[in-house]
Amino acid sequence: MTDTTLPPITLTIDARGSFCPGPLMELIRGMKESEVGDVIAVLSTDKGSKADIPKWVEKAGHTLFGVFTRDGFDEIVVEKVR
Amino acid sequence: MQRVVVLGGGVGGTLTANLVARKLKKLIAAGEVQVTVVDATGAHAYQPGYMYIAMGNERAEKLVRPERSLLDGNVELVVDTVTRIDASVRTVTLGSGAVMGYEHLVIATGSRILPEEMPGFDAEAHHFYSAEAAAKLRKALDAFTGGRIVIGIAGIPYKCPPAPLEVAFLVESELRDRGLRDKTEITFLSPINRAFTIESVSDMATPIFEEKGIRLELLAGVGEIDAERKVVITDAFEEHPYDLLICVPPHRGAQVVIDSGLAPKSGWLPTDRHTLQVKTVAKPAPGQADEDVPRYPDVYALGDATDLPLSKAGSTAHFEAPIVAERIAAAVEGREPEGKDASYTGKVMCFFEVGDGKGTLLQFDYEHPPKPPTPNRMWHLGKIVFNKTYWHTVPRGRI
Repeated sequence: MTDTTLPPITLTIDARGSFCPGPLMELIRGMKESEVGDVIAVLSTDKGSKADIPKWVEKAGHTLFGVFTRDGFDEIVVEKVR
Repeated sequence: MQRVVVLGGGVGGTLTANLVARKLKKLIAAGEVQVTVVDATGAHAYQPGYMYIAMGNERAEKLVRPERSLLDGNVELVVDTVTRIDASVRTVTLGSGAVMGYEHLVIATGSRILPEEMPGFDAEAHHFYSAEAAAKLRKALDAFTGGRIVIGIAGIPYKCPPAPLEVAFLVESELRDRGLRDKTEITFLSPINRAFTIESVSDMATPIFEEKGIRLELLAGVGEIDAERKVVITDAFEEHPYDLLICVPPHRGAQVVIDSGLAPKSGWLPTDRHTLQVKTVAKPAPGQADEDVPRYPDVYALGDATDLPLSKAGSTAHFEAPIVAERIAAAVEGREPEGKDASYTGKVMCFFEVGDGKGTLLQFDYEHPPKPPTPNRMWHLGKIVFNKTYWHTVPRGRI
């Protein structure tokens, strides 16, 4: 999936500046407060996030739309499916 | 008169007040400076000892002393709750309704456990974050005759990050000694993608899980407790049945800093990593650098209360307090902070029990991750000696 085909983002979690495991924990918290079908974007400057978040998303059975490298941070886009 | 008000009589608040009193002794004697600690209970608890109550090696009454007995004679103690901090007019409102003004404020209000935030927690889960809970866990361990033990974590950050790993290792050792190990399956649920947040410590601990036959599950934060089925459901929807559940409860910062608009919902105060001054907002505005976020020049935070990416542990407060004290003393004396205590480097040092009478040491700062030595008997004994001598050393600023 490319930037242009991304579904509309329901919630953006700006975890830039947080260290591991901050961004993952903020995503898990955001997921709990979201509805099935919501699309959540996590912005992270922590290098571990782009490996750890997709692993957690897969384990939890959610959908990963992609990990996008932005200007000085990563954007990880996930759909809550359960 | 310059008033230094310290909220909280834990490690950070007590030590900061004592160090400020020592540095400004002459000015206090001259009536130009007043140092006051406000504490809700007037009792100082040595919280790292709770885990040892659960392990059967400590008694609750040994872990608490009157706060007054630990404070310098030049420090005043007010036993009351704090209901409001108004940094714009430099006042603190107490539970009694009294309003205290300050020129320098130290927020050392620590962290709170919130087991009630997770349905089923109080009824099903044991923990070791209070003397009462630890004693209850001890009874449960005494009554345990075999089955499935699950040890988990319901949210990060929490107090004393190594503690749940230590409990896993210590419980495993105990069950082996009691001849129950063959009848017991132990599972440790790590909420992240390794055994411990710091990679080098995780690398040290992971083989210990293997050696001890403790099942290590990753990305398995405790999300829910199904009391009826006696099952833990992780954040990733995996289920782990238990006969005995030990779980770190959810933690937050003090309610008063949330209510006063100084911290977000988490309660962790946005804090400058070097000066320990509280920032005026939790996050920089888009395009704004963190260093450009204004700091309150006269409000400091330390210990568990901050949002710094460090262990929530007495040790962190212990090494932060000299920096807060130096910066306040410098402000009072109209000079720049000086010497090694002018700026916090992120120094933390703590012991880590691995069971079988062995331990190791975690020593690190912002720039240097820990390099824990191979666990041995010396570091276990070091922790025991530290626990016993705490009252005479840390709060009084002797080490």
